[in-house]
Amino acid sequence: MSALISSSIARKVVMALSGLFLVLFLAQHFTINLTSVIAPDTFNEWSHFMGYNPLVQYILQPILVAGIIIHFVMGIALEIQNNRSRKIGYVRYNGSANAPWTSRNMIVTGLVVLAFLGLHMYDFWVHEMAYKYLESNPEDPTRYYAETVEKFEPIWRTVIYVIAFVLLAMHLWHGFSSSFQSMGWNNKYSAGLQTFTKIYAIAIPAGFIFIALYHHFNPITH
Amino acid sequence: MNLNLKVWRQNDAHAKGKMVDYSISGIDGDMSFLEMLDILNENLINEGKEPVEFDHDCREGICGSCSLQINGEPHGPDKFITTCQLHMRKFKDGDTIVIEPFRATAFPVIKDLVVDRSSFDRIQQAGGYISVNTSGNTVDANAIPVQKEAADTAMDAATCIGCGACVAACKNASAMLFTSAKVSQFALLPQGQVEATERVKNMVRQMDLEGFGNCTNTGACEVECPKGISLENIARMNREYLKANLKG
Ligand code: HEM
Ligand code: SF4
Ligand code: FES
Repeated sequence: MSALISSSIARKVVMALSGLFLVLFLAQHFTINLTSVIAPDTFNEWSHFMGYNPLVQYILQPILVAGIIIHFVMGIALEIQNNRSRKIGYVRYNGSANAPWTSRNMIVTGLVVLAFLGLHMYDFWVHEMAYKYLESNPEDPTRYYAETVEKFEPIWRTVIYVIAFVLLAMHLWHGFSSSFQSMGWNNKYSAGLQTFTKIYAIAIPAGFIFIALYHHFNPITH
Repeated sequence: MNLNLKVWRQNDAHAKGKMVDYSISGIDGDMSFLEMLDILNENLINEGKEPVEFDHDCREGICGSCSLQINGEPHGPDKFITTCQLHMRKFKDGDTIVIEPFRATAFPVIKDLVVDRSSFDRIQQAGGYISVNTSGNTVDANAIPVQKEAADTAMDAATCIGCGACVAACKNASAMLFTSAKVSQFALLPQGQVEATERVKNMVRQMDLEGFGNCTNTGACEVECPKGISLENIARMNREYLKANLKG
């Protein structure tokens, strides 16, 4: 078992499974966020459900947090291991001659996403935890929409969100289809998967960017 | 043509190496890259200097020993060739060519451009074989029917010449393409089934022990491989590895 955990392929599969799980989560997150643009009441309803349903709070949320931690800790561990594999570097290394930028810079795009997650957790999650558990405020199923839109009032936060999602798009551009290769899945459907990866990697982050910009330019007038 | 060369010079495994500049003239486009280096060495010998040490043997793309990093790419700018098959017509008069050894912790430099690739041998020895009785009662290989497609794919994998370009190209110095080619050539054939489980486990363990990096699926190896070994082999090895470990 310990041999398996230290094996390069097993680590890669952990990376792939956690990454794919995050890809699924991202789609779900996007679906809920989209309602904040098209149906604020539905957004409030769903947000309230996510915030107070015990299954979501005590089972899904810890799994998500664990998934994120496993993914970035393993990503950083692999990066360190990979750097050790070439202790003396090339004087001239023409990386772009044989591999795309996105595939060679997963750690860069990943770390930017991690930094963004710090801000994102502070913005929404820390606030939620304080509201619910520290301040013990009463349930208010109608507060989410206004709270969310308010967050996008300052231009600096909107800009940070936009940049983070551009880098997430780059991360997914390579990562989504790569995770299937890691799990040993390379066959006649792989070309189709490549196409789907490119569509997903652009469409979902672009959607998040649209939502952030939409709220920034359509503030709630008091 | 006249060329400027920047060549890695290193006295021995423990010495600190450095890039040294050389000018060379009278190079013909029809010469191979190694012939150009031969001329450089003749010049150096005539000047009473030590020639540049580099690996070569067959000079026809089958032995895999002529491994050089040329202008940041293994085997130079051309695709599906080894350094000995690279023609000087790929360069222009006045070009500067940077020539370095393949870099990987598992490929330590022995001298100048020569690296020790015995880590590949040890991966191969860990499982890259099948058990066949060769002492008198050898079985005809053709006695076991093999599906055409499997035979072709196994043959494609078996064309790996162990040059190490995959490792040299990879940003992680990963040996996954080499190891997966060696695993695949047996995994696809009935003769390889007996040792299949232990083979993939042992070869991957040896690969990790040698200090090669992890695979990020950048695909650089496949692009630089002189034999066009496909990434499908890495996926196959990952499958074989997972299957072997689930079996216990
Ligand atoms: C939290 C910060 C993150 C960091 C530090 C990070 C880091 C990395 C790194 C370094 C890799 C490449 C590993 C390798 O193959 O060598 C990777 C792969 C991947 N990441 Fe992330 N990542 C992060 C967030 C995310 C998020 C939010 C998603 C999805 C929404 C994601 C999805 C993926 C996928 C699908 C892969 C491909 C796995 C594979 O090739 O097998 N990552 N990540
Ligand atoms: S897989 Fe290709 S690049 Fe790697 S050692 Fe074999 S022939 Fe050379
Ligand atoms: S010298 Fe044998 S492959 Fe180049």
